[in-house]
Order: sequence, then structure tokens, then C-alpha cells
Amino acid sequence: MKVFVPTPLRSYTGQQACVEAQGATVAELLADLDWRYPGIRFRMIDEQDAVRPHIRIFVNAEQVRDLGAPLRPADEVQILQALSGG
Amino acid sequence: MTTITPTTGPVTLLIATRKGAWFLKGDSGRRRWEIEGPAFLGHIVHHLVLDPRDRRTLLMAARTGHLGPTVFRSADGGQSWKEASRPPAFPKAPEGSKGRVVDHVFWLSPGHPGEAGVWYAGTSPQGLFRSEDGGDSWPIVEGFEDHPMRPQWTGGEQDAPPDGGKLHSILIDPRDPAHIYLAMSCGGVFETVDKGRDWRPLNAGCRADFLPDPYPEFGHDTHRLALHPQAPDILYQQNHCGIYRLDRRQGTWVRIGENMPQEVGDFGFPLVLHPRDPQTVWVFPMDGTEVWPRVSPGGKPAAYVTRDAGQTWQRLDRGLPPAQAWLTVKRQAMTADAQDPIGLYFGTTCGEVWASPDEGAHWSCIARHLPEIYAVEAAELAP
Repeated sequence: MKVFVPTPLRSYTGQQACVEAQGATVAELLADLDWRYPGIRFRMIDEQDAVRPHIRIFVNAEQVRDLGAPLRPADEVQILQALSGG
Repeated sequence: MTTITPTTGPVTLLIATRKGAWFLKGDSGRRRWEIEGPAFLGHIVHHLVLDPRDRRTLLMAARTGHLGPTVFRSADGGQSWKEASRPPAFPKAPEGSKGRVVDHVFWLSPGHPGEAGVWYAGTSPQGLFRSEDGGDSWPIVEGFEDHPMRPQWTGGEQDAPPDGGKLHSILIDPRDPAHIYLAMSCGGVFETVDKGRDWRPLNAGCRADFLPDPYPEFGHDTHRLALHPQAPDILYQQNHCGIYRLDRRQGTWVRIGENMPQEVGDFGFPLVLHPRDPQTVWVFPMDGTEVWPRVSPGGKPAAYVTRDAGQTWQRLDRGLPPAQAWLTVKRQAMTADAQDPIGLYFGTTCGEVWASPDEGAHWSCIARHLPEIYAVEAAELAP
């Protein structure tokens, strides 16, 4: 499925804004992303498996907070950077 | 006592800021400086450190406003960088309990000269990590993390500085790689003699006057701890309650800051040792009165030096602004090189770097308009 990557994470994807990854859940998708682009997951997800405070994950434009949320092959996943101060 | 020979340069200052890293390269006389950078523009860089064992490897503790904390490594003096494959992270907590999360890597220390590739990292909140592969992977030091007293030593969020509790000043005894000191804000000073398996507080004689018991066993707010490389039984610290000296052969911390001028006080963040003279120490006092402004007292910045282990102090302000200069110098932002005479350097939260090629006798501003400076290290990179 397509995963849209924000600019702070594109150093991991060779500057690609949209990449392909697979998984039956958001957690599996993130694991696959990390296999393809080593290190990318820990910058988004902390060691307790929580989404970091200034990262948001959307599946088909709906925000997902549970990494166990199911995914289908046709889904589109967007990783967004939430606002943070100057 | 080990003899440390003066180095001859050239000196490169490694500048870590809230918005990236810069390199200030000095000429042989340390009079002219050229700035290079930025590296990692926009990244919050807490510490940038050269490995003195090869003088080529650099480690950088970084994060961004959006992304989690990590460590970047350069094997070629900053020409290229690679991220750690396993950055410092606390263990995953069992289901149903709240685990700790590394907010940022605050401190990096190269290991003992005889342990190539070993590094230590201190984090916020307070955690200790050790790498044995040059900073690529960072397992936690379990003896500290799992110590039954660790939750009490590190305190809670209410005991921490505004941007989180910090573990810093990780110092390895040059005689014994198993003997390690560290300091915490808050927590105080601790040591291990078995390479991190067990730890004990080392705060006797040191005040913590913000606590009901002003002389507790732990809970102090140590801002900076330093161990003299030539005389490793002598330690100094700048903490929230003053400047202290400890001679391990005598036992307890002695407040040498009481000999500072009363109108200046002995509150501050950095503390710098002379690499060849255990009696000489520089500090950069901050205003610690009333609501703790943490700026130069009276708007008149100055370093102070003692050359007799704290019995007397001399003001060093020639070349610094004489008035209306409300500088703040953070705990990692003042350093010395190892030349003769010693070069001193400090960076300010308003993005200025000041240098003295003559041990603080004369100062000049060598860079300005940088972002808020977190750390300054003086390095001599391999040619």
C-alpha cells in the first residue's frame, strides 16, 4: 500500500514522499517500513510503542491511535508531522 | 601523576545548538576563526563530541521537534554521517505498566582510552547507556536502570529541570575503566567501581538547601561534575547550591564557592578544569537570587578562575561587555583546549561564541547570530 512520508522522515526514504510498504495492521506496516528504511520507526514510535507527541498517523484520512488497527492492501496511509513551536 | 603534554592544534570548536551544529575552525594562534556549517540544520543537537582515541570519530546527540531522539556518527571528522542502528531507549514495560521514554540524549562520553569503541550516553529522563561498537548500538546499563534505589535517586517529574531530568558528566577514572562517576539533575553524584553493576551516592558534605534536609544522601542538583585527568582523586562540581571540591583521600565535598565575591555568588552551570593543573578551575557565574534569573549577575558577564583549588578567585572580564549583557551559559557550553596557554571558550543562549587564547585574561567574540547554544567542545581533529 501507499505510505505518504513527511519531510522530516524523507532522509530515510531517499527523499521519496510516497513509498510502498505492507502489513495487515499499522504495527506491521511500521515494522515493514523499518525493514525497508532502517531507523524510521523509532523516530515516530517510542520504546513503549506509543506514537510520539508530534506525529500523527492517518489511514484513508482517518486518524489512527491504535497500532493494532487493521489495514487492507488498498488503504492509503499518511504520516503527518503535528505542529510544534519555534 | 600522569603527565599531559600541551597540544599544538589547530583547534576546532564543536558547537551544538537548538537548531543544528556548527564547526569553528581556529588558526594556529587561535586568533582567527572560520565558521563551517550548519550540519543537521533544524535538528536539536544536545552534544557533539570527538573521540580522543582516534581524533576522527564524532558522535552527535540529536532529535527534532517532531522526531524521536537518536545518535549520529561520523568516522571522518564530520564529512559524512550515519545514524545509530539502535539509539538509546528504555526497556519496554510489561503490559499494563508505564514504561520510561527517552526524550532526548543529553550527554555523550567516550570510554576509557584502553576500551576502543566504548561510549557512554546520559539521557533525559535520567538513564545510562553504554555502546561497545563505536556508538552504533546502545544497550542500557542495567545495573543503574534496575537498581532498587534508582527511582528514588532520579526522583519524579517535579524534581526535574524544566526540560526534563538529566544524566550527565559521565566520567571514567583514567586508572580503572570499571570506576565511573556520573551526575544527575536532579539526583546528585554517583559512582560505580564494578563497571556499572552497582552504584552508590557520593554527596556527603554537599548542600541541597531546596530540600527539607539540606544535607541529604542524594537528591542534589549537580549542574556539572569534573574529574581531573592528572589527579583523578580530585573532583569538582558546580551545582544549584554552589561550587564544590572533593578530594577522595579526604572524604567529603567542600564548598569552595564560599570564597567567591558575595555580590556574584557561586551559582552557575559550567565548570572547566585546567588539564595540567588540578588546582585551577574556571566557572561562569549566573544570578541565582530571588527568582533565579540565571543570567550574568548585574548584566556584567565574567568568568572566574581559582588557581589554588578554590581558596581565592579572580574575575576575568577583559573584552567581555561591561554592562547590559544578560548572558546565560549552559552546563555543556564552556570548555578548554589543552594547549599552552590554555584556550577557553563559551557559547551563550543568545548564539554568541566567546574565546580567550590566554586562559581567560582576554576575551573576544568569535561568532554571533547562531541559534541557542547548548554545548561547546574544543577538539583537535586528526589531519
